Amino acid sequence: MKKLLEVNNLSISFHTYGGEVQAVRDVNFDLHEGETLAIVGESGSGKSVTVQSIMRLLSMPPGEFKSGSILMNGEDIVHKTEKEMENIRGQEMGMIFQDPMTSLNPTMKVGRQITEGLIKHQNMSKEEAKERGLELLRLVGIPNPERRINQYPHEYSGGMRQRAVIAIALSCDPKILIADEPTTALDVTIQAQILELLRDIQSKRKTGIVLITHDLGVVANAADRVAVMYGGKIVETGTVDEIFYQPKHPYTWGLLGSMPKVDDAKGDLQSIPGSPPDLKDPPKGCPFAARCPHAMKVCDQHMPDYIESSSTQKTACWLLDERAPKVAPPENIFAGGDK
Amino acid sequence: MLKYILKRLVYIVVSLFFIVTITFFLMQAAPGGPFTSERKVPPKIEEQLNEAYGLNEPLYIQYKDYLVNVAKWDFGPSFKQKGQSVNSIINRSFPYSLILGLEAIFLALSIGVFLGVFAALYHNKFGDYAAMIFAVLGISVPSFILATILQYIFAFKLQMLPVARFDSFAHSILPAIALATTPLAFIARLMRSSMLDVLNSDYIKTAKAKGLSGRVTIYRHGIRNAILPVISYIGPLVIAILTGSFIIERIFAIPGLGNEFVESITNRDYTVIMGTTVFFSVLLLVSILIVDIIYGLIDPRIKITGKKED
Repeated sequence: MKKLLEVNNLSISFHTYGGEVQAVRDVNFDLHEGETLAIVGESGSGKSVTVQSIMRLLSMPPGEFKSGSILMNGEDIVHKTEKEMENIRGQEMGMIFQDPMTSLNPTMKVGRQITEGLIKHQNMSKEEAKERGLELLRLVGIPNPERRINQYPHEYSGGMRQRAVIAIALSCDPKILIADEPTTALDVTIQAQILELLRDIQSKRKTGIVLITHDLGVVANAADRVAVMYGGKIVETGTVDEIFYQPKHPYTWGLLGSMPKVDDAKGDLQSIPGSPPDLKDPPKGCPFAARCPHAMKVCDQHMPDYIESSSTQKTACWLLDERAPKVAPPENIFAGGDK
Repeated sequence: MLKYILKRLVYIVVSLFFIVTITFFLMQAAPGGPFTSERKVPPKIEEQLNEAYGLNEPLYIQYKDYLVNVAKWDFGPSFKQKGQSVNSIINRSFPYSLILGLEAIFLALSIGVFLGVFAALYHNKFGDYAAMIFAVLGISVPSFILATILQYIFAFKLQMLPVARFDSFAHSILPAIALATTPLAFIARLMRSSMLDVLNSDYIKTAKAKGLSGRVTIYRHGIRNAILPVISYIGPLVIAILTGSFIIERIFAIPGLGNEFVESITNRDYTVIMGTTVFFSVLLLVSILIVDIIYGLIDPRIKITGKKED
């Protein structure tokens, strides 16, 4: 499988009045053709900043690339000019945003919003672009596209708007699709439809999808590989099976344990006590140490290296060090966690 | 659409009825009359004058007569300007006010919107601060002070433009600027904040993610949405320009309608007061209707129909 995207040692900071916020610290991942990589983590863990930096949508300043590279087809896009990026955005990669209620221009017909990119990138005439727009609407499952193409976003329902946003992202047939919490603002039945749609498109076009979410149900449904982010770092990555059945990092355990379960007798919602670290002054050691039930002395002092437990699974945790005591993952995280 | 406009026209007639009624009785309640002056008029003559203009009739008869005449768009003769009807005074003076008003509205809208967008694009940079200092000055300096300053600098010191009167385009420049500055500054601030809102909105990100250039994103997706609050401000803008013109026309000795209006009040020229008031009201009500229609055309979420539930 061809490698579409490779992120190496990426660090991004924001300069605020309160000081420098190190939102993303030394992040590495890659994405292959036809594959879905899910990035999970709680709010403020750096997921959105990471993917927006891939699209170069962060405003700089206040943002700043501290180090690292983002290779797309082997080319580093971190230092491309705005003009060069215009040809990459939409063309090479498309993006789907979280809230379909606000991500469409309310005063422009949906058809025009879809065809805009086509006219710019593929030099299509208005008629050709409209033909293609109709095709796209059909592809994303909007019924009656001939009528819908001339409507405004407020005439669409939430789910249909997200379909329209997907149609915009797909318009120029990008190889990479970045979906920033595409189902968070939708109700559950629509969520399933949208995920189904993404999977369907992926199998037709071999698109590589980076899926950001904090919903592990979505991950189990849609992802091939998972990267768990915490405090601006990726703390664990692995295939979806590895993350769900052999999680190694206590934060992953916590995430899995916080998933509501139908057969839980008590019916209490589990949570991870504490709150994420302040990234203005990130901890020297493991960012999760302060909330980790198994934290050791070394955790506060040094960031653990990645330890490979298989060719695909890597975990940054001192518990995996041979000198550390053996800690078994809590039992509750597997209950009802079957896919 | 047609139904909506018809409905609005009915509202306009109802509002006008109330405006005419209230002005009529307020005016009668004010002390003095058209024929009171420092030199006492002999009672016999005053009686004859009252007779001639129908002022000796009971109030309700005067009121009824007036309503009937207004409905026929006839405002009667002026009490003070001999041999002139109110209609002819309006016809003579309104073109000056119209030209001045349109110039001022054009200035306020075009420069105000431009400044607002400019400030938003250079948010928290020098351009933003400069534009906003200008806007704050524009809002805080009253138009009559600005008018005299403009006259002093451009007409008196630099001799570039005529100081007063209204005979050519050059004459209209200073009063139009004086009249436009306050609403212009207000529009600039309005436009800036709504543009900042729009620039931070998700659909601007979507537009950028499509690979559109910064310029296209701003023009096609930004300004069109950001201008909506400014469109709804056009109604109040017309009011600001109208009331501003009362003062500005006096300062620049422009024989416009605002000037006539002020003059008629000091003269207790009943028919002219009523006539100009009704005329200004019609102007205002119609312009608000036009603004509402334009708003419906620009923002597709607002549907113009006669039905309430839409």
